[in-house]
Amino acid sequence: MKNTPVQLHVITRIVAFIILAFSVFLFFAGHNNPGGGFIGGLMTAAALVLLYLSFDLKTIKRVIPFNYSKIIGAGLLIAILTGIVGMLFGFPFLTQFDEYYHIPLLGETHAASALPFDLGIYLVVVGFTLLVILTVAEDDS
Amino acid sequence: MLTTVALIVLILMALSILVCTVRAILGPSMSDRLVALDTIGINLIGFTAILLLVQDTVAYTEVVLVLGILAFIGSVAIAKFIEGGVVLDRDRH
Repeated sequence: MKNTPVQLHVITRIVAFIILAFSVFLFFAGHNNPGGGFIGGLMTAAALVLLYLSFDLKTIKRVIPFNYSKIIGAGLLIAILTGIVGMLFGFPFLTQFDEYYHIPLLGETHAASALPFDLGIYLVVVGFTLLVILTVAEDDS
Repeated sequence: MLTTVALIVLILMALSILVCTVRAILGPSMSDRLVALDTIGINLIGFTAILLLVQDTVAYTEVVLVLGILAFIGSVAIAKFIEGGVVLDRDRH
């Protein structure tokens, strides 16, 4: 590129973190409201894609040194292990448990075993989306 | 009263989205299509917000935010493609 898009850089530095915060909100809003691991993962991927768009692949690879195919594997492992934990206590695969706890400052908190499962989905979606986009971008022809 | 106004506005915005779709399909140049698609996104945000008013609910607030983010990123990507011919640079100096 001949010229550096200064406006895009300035906006990206602010907006990427707003989108990341929104994705965390969507991730924890799931289960009872719109949201959850899938859409949270997609929003995180959108923020990272915005970073890749604004800066170049080499810079962002130095900032985010993750191997996305390993992230997919880790997410699938977390999701499957969450299902297997229920089997250890004699329940069917992927049985979900939930409890209400009272935590100081946070008030009534809903702890569900769907959350670790959602974390697995989140990691799989982030890894898969970015792996596909970066593989297409690195195509030589 | 408010519901009647909102319904008229919804019809007008639907017409606006239709006109933008025609421009996005026919558009002689890429820039026309980019502006048309961006306008469709913004119209959809307004459409969803007015639907929220009519149905008296807050269930679609996330939809508004997600549409805004996706329309922004899509416009940036297409604009960068028009300007440089490449969407993701490998190494910029």
